[in-house]
Amino acid sequence: MSRSKNNTPQGVSRRTILKTGATAAVVASSPMFFMRNAWAQEFRNDPSKQSTVTFGFNVPQTGPYADEGADELRAYKLAVKHLNGEGDGGMINTMQPSSLKGNGILGKKVQFVTGDTQTKSDAARASAQRMIQRDGVTMFTGGSSSGVAIACQSLAQELGVIYMCGLTHSNDTTGKDKRRYGFRHFFNAYMSGRALGPVLKEEYGTDRRAYHLTADYTWGWTQEESMKNTTEELGWTTARTVRTPVGAGDYSQYLTQVLSSDADVLILNHYGNDMVNSLTQAVNFGMRDRSVNGKNFEIVVPLFSRLMAQGAGNAIKGILGSTNWNWSLQDAGSLAFVKSFGAEYGAPPSQAAHTCYVQTLLYANACEMAGTFYPPEVIKTLEGFKFDGMGNGPTEYRADDHQCFKDVLVVRGAEDPTNQFDLLDVVKEVPRSQVEYDPSIFGGELGPYKV
Amino acid sequence: MDAFFLQVLNGLDKGGAYALIALGLTLVFGTLGVVNFAHGALFMLGAFCAVSVNQILTISRRVKDESVTFFAAYKDEPYLITWFGDTGEFIIDYSVPISLLVSIPIMLLVGLVMERGLIKHFYKRTHAEQILVTFGLAIVIQEIIKANFGANAIPMSAPDIVSGSASVGAMLGLGNSVIYPWWRLIYFIFSAITIFGVFAFLRYTSFGMVVRAGMHDRETVGLLGINIQRRFTIVFGLAAVVAGMAGVMYTPILPPNYHLGMDFLVLSFVVVVVGGMGSLGGAVAAGFLLGMLESFASTNTIKSLIPGIDQIIIYLVAVIILLVRPRGLLGKKGVFE
Repeated sequence: MSRSKNNTPQGVSRRTILKTGATAAVVASSPMFFMRNAWAQEFRNDPSKQSTVTFGFNVPQTGPYADEGADELRAYKLAVKHLNGEGDGGMINTMQPSSLKGNGILGKKVQFVTGDTQTKSDAARASAQRMIQRDGVTMFTGGSSSGVAIACQSLAQELGVIYMCGLTHSNDTTGKDKRRYGFRHFFNAYMSGRALGPVLKEEYGTDRRAYHLTADYTWGWTQEESMKNTTEELGWTTARTVRTPVGAGDYSQYLTQVLSSDADVLILNHYGNDMVNSLTQAVNFGMRDRSVNGKNFEIVVPLFSRLMAQGAGNAIKGILGSTNWNWSLQDAGSLAFVKSFGAEYGAPPSQAAHTCYVQTLLYANACEMAGTFYPPEVIKTLEGFKFDGMGNGPTEYRADDHQCFKDVLVVRGAEDPTNQFDLLDVVKEVPRSQVEYDPSIFGGELGPYKV
Repeated sequence: MDAFFLQVLNGLDKGGAYALIALGLTLVFGTLGVVNFAHGALFMLGAFCAVSVNQILTISRRVKDESVTFFAAYKDEPYLITWFGDTGEFIIDYSVPISLLVSIPIMLLVGLVMERGLIKHFYKRTHAEQILVTFGLAIVIQEIIKANFGANAIPMSAPDIVSGSASVGAMLGLGNSVIYPWWRLIYFIFSAITIFGVFAFLRYTSFGMVVRAGMHDRETVGLLGINIQRRFTIVFGLAAVVAGMAGVMYTPILPPNYHLGMDFLVLSFVVVVVGGMGSLGGAVAAGFLLGMLESFASTNTIKSLIPGIDQIIIYLVAVIILLVRPRGLLGKKGVFE
């Protein structure tokens, strides 16, 4: 091959090489400068060629957690309204930082499909699979059970579609079963234990004997473990831990065992209708009127919600527990959300509704910030994201385990409610620093960004 | 001793429910020779009679809740309370006992319609076909309830006066830990009275005597000019009433949902088989026996020896009894043996 004077192949000058190189670089990087959905490489359910983006709301419409599911669905519908610029905007007005404009997400109108998890992991997974494969959802969210959340985020990782957990409280969700494609805003059992410990010590002292009734699945197990560790650190002893099937209904055979034991505290690691049933039955069995070991018999419900308090009626009065959020909070975000939700549905939102609403906005905001729906980029935007104005004070989505860290509330069933919704009194707002932990204690691997 | 007595009470309470449903199931088999898998659905229908009565009694108007200032909130105010004040509140509080009375004619009618409309066409069919058709009927009934009342359990409460617990231990000179909810004690007493009533009806009335004679020898009774079929139809209605009343009374113990009947049917069928198909005494004895066994199998001592035994004890005992005595505890020789 003949060469030119400047030692390049004949006919190809240095200028040509430079021009070609520059052009190639510009072409290669052009999506980042000029195009929305710059990373719009092929990914599952890419909505870039449509005028809408579809979310999947997979909530328990039947089963023991159905009340929470119904409220979650209300919150999701409200979030969609606000994202599409309808209504008063709710927390979009208070969220900081926010890239949400009230014109959908990346200019696309948000629409949704719904599914029933039936409060069962296999049904939830099947429903989520239908949403992803048939309805083409770009993100799915929901669930009121940790079993469901873990099954769904595992599916999310397999299929490469982000799952924003609804109400899930097991340590495993962002511990040993954490996934890159799953994110949890809700607090967890460990945090409940850390938050409740000092209050239990103050209220009931250090010489107590606890009996645990525990829902027999991942959430119950980790809740029991966390409460056991916390109370034993206080000096309490554990009389017994007994597992009960989810949806058991009649707890009499377990409660008679509590009466026969020498325990003076009953810790109910139950949630939803299970908690309503076990607590009302425990009260019917006269437990709150008992005196054991010279002390008043006490009942503790580590995970509380207003909906459960509503279902349990008078049985809830004076009972201590913890909650992720309560509608009585007076910060700007909570006020905006309660006003908006109340105007829409005539009742304040539950903690389940709150976390689901926030999760939807957080995902939408992450897409806006990333400028794409491409999951790996959205995930990177959510990881380590710090925000405020969403009802829990300054909050952070920890990158290591996709767990949100924020203040936790210790509450007590209201003794003298001022209105039909005033069912929980906030005893203490426990600062985030008191409930933080090293992510390595619960193990797990997040997995890859690209699947 | 206290722990033992508590488990006895728990066993009686559970056994009462099993015995009541099993009694109706075996009564229908003994008279009509039909294996009625829709019997659990009758228990569930009874429970939903209570729900319906409660919903009717609490028909409300929506009034603005002035105590909520953050948004426009409303609360339901039952007309009964608006019109009659404390009396209205009293009536609503007693909705379960009221439902018990209302359920009697309703369940009788349901039973008669079910027998005349469907079951009678399957008298001469095989038991397998009877099971298939009645099981199908049970599914239809439960889906109708689901469509009308939703899939979730609906909480019901006992009257305030019996919503607490009785210090049974103090009453009997035992320890203070023997406490048992009033309503569960009432349920047991109700079961005992109902079972006694059914037995007395069959034993001491001329109607009952004819039915018993028909159970022994249908043809001979028919030859005497007695319309035994009509009496058996009434017995079917009676069985539906017993199941329905049991369902009504069970609502404050377990919030009813559309699946309630199926949950109890399987257990009750096991009870009937253990007691002996068609044996009324066997059904009652087996009901209380299995209730008691389930209660004691749930104790921590037993569960620590055999984990999970409380979930399988009834089926385990059924298998053993059927292996040793295939006709069941008090079953007739040759019947389902």
